[in-house]
Amino acid sequence: MKLQTATRLALYAVMALSREPERQFSTAELAERFDVSEHHLAKVLRTLGRAELVEAVRGAGGGFRFSANPKRVTLLEVIALFEDITSPPGPKEPGVRTHEGKALGAVLAEIDDVARATLGSITLATLHRSATRR
Amino acid sequence: MAAADPSPPIQVRKAKPQDLAVVVALDAAVTGVKKPDYWRDRLRQFAGRDPERLFLVAEAEGQVVGFILGEIRAWEFGSPPSGWIFAINVAKGARLDGVGTRLFEAICAHFTAAGVDRVRTMIAKDDPLVMRFFRSQGMVAGPFIELEKVLP
Repeated sequence: MKLQTATRLALYAVMALSREPERQFSTAELAERFDVSEHHLAKVLRTLGRAELVEAVRGAGGGFRFSANPKRVTLLEVIALFEDITSPPGPKEPGVRTHEGKALGAVLAEIDDVARATLGSITLATLHRSATRR
Repeated sequence: MAAADPSPPIQVRKAKPQDLAVVVALDAAVTGVKKPDYWRDRLRQFAGRDPERLFLVAEAEGQVVGFILGEIRAWEFGSPPSGWIFAINVAKGARLDGVGTRLFEAICAHFTAAGVDRVRTMIAKDDPLVMRFFRSQGMVAGPFIELEKVLP
């Protein structure tokens, strides 16, 4: 599975922030850690902020901190803010109404179904624990 | 400010025939169907002396607040013997108190003592609550995929 860059950055950001929820991270610090531009990351953080997963802290030493419950937030919830990984091809896409298109579509829908269930079952807390176990 | 009430201590023990009513009620609270005959059979089969079958209940303040069932299945699908969990249930009011974790750890300890090195289960894809619980316990996708076909 390939996620868009913004989606992966959002997942990295919520993982980093939820791992140390009492800490504030500046955009610059996170951008350096993930080797991306501050501008790109700021857009991602704004979207996460609108979803109330992170909050901006103003003033000296300000930045962003995690503001949700890591035991409740799943990977699917974060991904869904940036892209729809399980959208079927639109009816106007070439070939989808053919025998071949329908057969392939059924297989892809099956894969999407498993992906959605898997991503919806893994919370940030579980992800942190699994990284510790390894 | 007063501290929050601590969760009551949880005891895990083997199920007894007297637990039938509460097990039926816990199951019915989730499924919406009371199945006393089914659970009577499960208690008879899994709470007896068979060392490879286990039916455990969790008690808090003397009340049964959850249960778990499992067994050791040998060479199913060509796999070496492994522990299987096929039912877990925690009363709604007792969730997030570690009851499920205690039940899971207890049955895993039993499986380990019996000599198997992994535990498996099967979960409905549209049951995120249960899937999140098992994921939180470290369970991941295994080497098998369940397949089915609607029969004519």
